[in-house]
Amino acid sequence: MSAFSDFAVILLSAVLVNNYVLTKFLGICPFLGVSGKTETAIGMSFAVMFVMTLASTASWLVQQYILIPLDLLYLQTIFFILIIATLVQFIEMMIHKVSPVLYQGLGIYLPLITTNCAVLGVALLNVQQDNTFITSALYGFGAALGFALVLVLFSGLRERMEGAPVPDAFKGSAVTLITAGMMSLAFLGFSGLVKV
Amino acid sequence: MIKHFFKKLGFSSAPFAGGIQPDMQKWTESSAIEICPLPPLLIVPMKQHIGQACSPLVKVGDAVLRGQKIAKAEGYVSVPVHAPTSGKVIKIEEHAIPHPSGMGLPSIFIEPDGLDERDTSLQPITDWQNMDVGALRERVRVCGIAGLGGAAFPTFIKLVQDQRNPIKTVILNGIECEPFLTNDHRLMVEHSQKILHGMQIIMHMVGAKQGIIAIEDNKADAIQSMQHAVDDANIEGLDIQVRVLPTRYPQGSEKQLIEVIIGKQVPAGKLPMHVGVICQNIGTTQAIYEAVVLGYPLTERVMTVSGDAVPNKGNLLVRLGTSMRFIYAQRGLENFEGLQILHGGPMMGERLRHPDIPVIKSSTGLLALSQDFFKQAHAVEEPCIRCGHCSEACPIGLTPNLLADHCRNEQLEKAADYHLFDCIECGACSYVCPSHIPLVHYFRFGKGQAAQVRREQNFAEASRQRSESRDTRIQREKDEKAAKRKKVRATHAPTPTEAEQGKE
Amino acid sequence: MLESLMYAILALGGFALFSGLVLAISSKVFHIEGDPLSDKIDALLPQTQCGQCGFPGCRPYADAVASNAADVNHCVPGGERTMLAIADVMGVEPKAVDEEEATPMVAFIREDECIGCTLCIKACPVDAIIGAPKQYHTVIADHCTGCVLCLEPCPVDCIDMIAKPELLEHWSWPLPDTQRAQTGLERRESHHHD
Repeated sequence: MSAFSDFAVILLSAVLVNNYVLTKFLGICPFLGVSGKTETAIGMSFAVMFVMTLASTASWLVQQYILIPLDLLYLQTIFFILIIATLVQFIEMMIHKVSPVLYQGLGIYLPLITTNCAVLGVALLNVQQDNTFITSALYGFGAALGFALVLVLFSGLRERMEGAPVPDAFKGSAVTLITAGMMSLAFLGFSGLVKV
Repeated sequence: MIKHFFKKLGFSSAPFAGGIQPDMQKWTESSAIEICPLPPLLIVPMKQHIGQACSPLVKVGDAVLRGQKIAKAEGYVSVPVHAPTSGKVIKIEEHAIPHPSGMGLPSIFIEPDGLDERDTSLQPITDWQNMDVGALRERVRVCGIAGLGGAAFPTFIKLVQDQRNPIKTVILNGIECEPFLTNDHRLMVEHSQKILHGMQIIMHMVGAKQGIIAIEDNKADAIQSMQHAVDDANIEGLDIQVRVLPTRYPQGSEKQLIEVIIGKQVPAGKLPMHVGVICQNIGTTQAIYEAVVLGYPLTERVMTVSGDAVPNKGNLLVRLGTSMRFIYAQRGLENFEGLQILHGGPMMGERLRHPDIPVIKSSTGLLALSQDFFKQAHAVEEPCIRCGHCSEACPIGLTPNLLADHCRNEQLEKAADYHLFDCIECGACSYVCPSHIPLVHYFRFGKGQAAQVRREQNFAEASRQRSESRDTRIQREKDEKAAKRKKVRATHAPTPTEAEQGKE
Repeated sequence: MLESLMYAILALGGFALFSGLVLAISSKVFHIEGDPLSDKIDALLPQTQCGQCGFPGCRPYADAVASNAADVNHCVPGGERTMLAIADVMGVEPKAVDEEEATPMVAFIREDECIGCTLCIKACPVDAIIGAPKQYHTVIADHCTGCVLCLEPCPVDCIDMIAKPELLEHWSWPLPDTQRAQTGLERRESHHHD
């Protein structure tokens, strides 16, 4: 298999087949939290894309050049969280400067990317799967792309649902979770599309 | 989308995207225009057009002549109002007008003296070919002519020669695609020469060489009559032809008709003149003829009185200001219990609460329908089943079901994203909806709310500016006062040497 | 054993120091002057300058909301719509408006009782009252925001608040009276007042 098709398979599997939100059920908190409006969802998607891609590359570097040589693998989690927290702080400052409205719209969910299990999950999985530098960057980006895809799709659904005559008992988070479940069912249909 | 694509390739026979074919019920198409007698009282509202209301020029007790100007136009988008007959002004007060709100406007009440004497201060202009275009335009304005097709937009505004947007084609709109209405139809049959004459005046005014009289194929006698008029008339140098179009609603809508005739769409937010076309209604064209060649201001119009509850249906020449109750009574209808009365056609007209409302310039027809006939519209609104019929019927290519959802939930920005303001309120979507969703009503609600928001924003912005300029003014006054005080103190305060001397 | 502990402390400490430096530099780079958010909120307020929110005018209230010093629901004349718009910009949950939205009012001066003291002119935040000392004053109805700030200073109580006249041009269609439209409306209202 050529390198290019390898990359394509990694990307496709991270976006659709092993979608972090809908098949691995990681990162549900921002998925439900910021999907109320499409504009906010798009902003969040970019923030997560930035953090995830950089976090997975940086964690790979730290793993290879600090943790393994110094035999400090027991500090893995604390190092990775440090990386993610720094990146999140950085992007928070950037968004506050560039788009204050988006900053307000993302609200608490922006700093919460730090504890977003999807971000740490990608970093840890990269290490577990013994990915190379390029593939781990790609894997991080693909996972973020998958997160962005479902977040934007879901926010579109929720915007439509706002006007729908939903029965009172199902209003609010109930119908949101049902919709998320149905989306997850749909995404499970992708399993077996590519073999990793 | 696909439909538009096929249409581009020429595969579709539809003259424009969407549209419907309602049951036309043109019951009055062969009844000749009859003259409605003068009522005992005429009520002339101060606004009968789109734009600003007029202000009265007469006082209670004044005697007026037919065609005398009794209210002057205020602002640019406005035309004056004239006395419909000779008589005496008996009062000026608010009276209901044909409007969905049921609200009223200041109106002049005139008691006819029965003589119907005309005011002859406006001279007939027979050699309009040699007249200055501006003078003709002024004539059309002072005669109070507004579009008689239902919108009542002041006509003179459209009749303008603009170097940037030269008018190539004048389209005469003889489509009359609303069910029931036959007033334009009868005008074309009975007054084809006057209409053609009016059309030539319009073409002269805008400098167009091409003229098209568009008529739907369900009006064979009107087509024949207009064709005869064109054949017989002396129209040297002008290319005037009658174009027969397949019957389809809402073909009479200006932008749809232009698309059918010249094959080009008028872009959203633009006017027909931006594609080199103007459209005029048949009744308006005849009114222009009368205003210019005869010197008659607009004081009467033809309207269709129809509907299954009207015993004696027909087309009537009615004085503006005649009460609708009087007109119905003329046609044998006096008890309105359980009836729906409509001003205009069934698709775009408005439901009236009572018939004690005067006829105005935009009154194309008066309908009275029995409950049985109307039951379709009375059905309960059911949930949308996403059948997509409304999107297919929409002549603009909107998605009415989504748009209605956004309007219902007052998501006005979303509604605007779905092009709420391009909706022409033709009613085709409501007509085809199997769930009886009053789609157009939702759109009107949404448009009204959006207009309200815009008004509030403008008011807030103006208030903010006033408040800021007040603050800066107060600050400036304070600064000036302080500066003055400083100056005064500087001149009066003892100088250091004086102070020292004082000490000693 | 001690050596590896040293390594751990040094590596973690060094890395944390590095991260801190990056953040310190970026906080300088992305330093924010002023508050663009309060401009956005100010644009949403009705600019009546009435002070019913407890702040002396619309701008101060906007600043307070933008810096999270005030809730989004204190603008009385703006009513529910303004509250929702501000909550949207701020990304917070809507709150019930302080008081019910009243019908829009304008001030009206009974001129035969006016003594021409100019006190109301000084009080008007939007310069909607005209007049000169010892002359009758009058309210420009189109400019009046209905803030009632002129009532208090008037020594002869000759100012009334009257309902803003309803204009035919400003009439807008109500929702259809079908059950679906009406239940939707009721639900929306009860949701907002929760």
